[in-house]
Amino acid sequence: MDIRVQQAPFDLGAEANAFAARQSGMGAVVTFTGIVRDLGGDLSAMEIEHYPGMTEKALHAIADEAANRWQIGDALILHRHGRLAPDEMIMMVATASRHRADAFQAAEFLMDFLKSRAPFWKKEVTDAGADWVAARDEDEDALTRW
Amino acid sequence: MDVLYFAWVRERIGHPKDRIASTPATVMDLVEELRAREDRYAVAFADLSALRVAVDQELRDFDAPLSGAREVAFFPPMTGG
Repeated sequence: MDIRVQQAPFDLGAEANAFAARQSGMGAVVTFTGIVRDLGGDLSAMEIEHYPGMTEKALHAIADEAANRWQIGDALILHRHGRLAPDEMIMMVATASRHRADAFQAAEFLMDFLKSRAPFWKKEVTDAGADWVAARDEDEDALTRW
Repeated sequence: MDVLYFAWVRERIGHPKDRIASTPATVMDLVEELRAREDRYAVAFADLSALRVAVDQELRDFDAPLSGAREVAFFPPMTGG
């Protein structure tokens, strides 16, 4: 398991290649990347706050739970914090498994849980001011399917 | 015991951390103590359904006991990913 919380940008290609290269006997690697989107057309930045210490513990717990439920050989969670511009990458997950179903499902599970169970908070800075992003009921509901 | 605030809870209270000397029995007792401090605390803790709490970096309910706890954190629902 590779869990990283960092301010610096990451290179998706390099991370995906390095993750795939260190696997052995895995037939499938799935990656997901989250990107800062500008829905209203006036977003100047996304500020991401987190709870140092708890964040890492929560991400490890989520990754461990995924490894209990699916046959995955490895998982990567990389999440940024600080001030990000539109179109910058916020985070990525990667999972590796012998067959693709486990890697896909484990990646979706990681995403669903880190959206509402890992202590990150997003604030959108627009021309009109800065607002905390509200948690969506759908994100909470998504947990019930697991 | 350290009490930490994040996101809009931190902004409403005006600082990221308090150190308290008292020993509240539960999270709810701590909330009542903080509410009584000043208006900005009362405002931040007005609607508990809008808040989440972690005790020693684990998510807990508001009726959770605090015996032996070193760190309690209050924050809005999380928006990672």
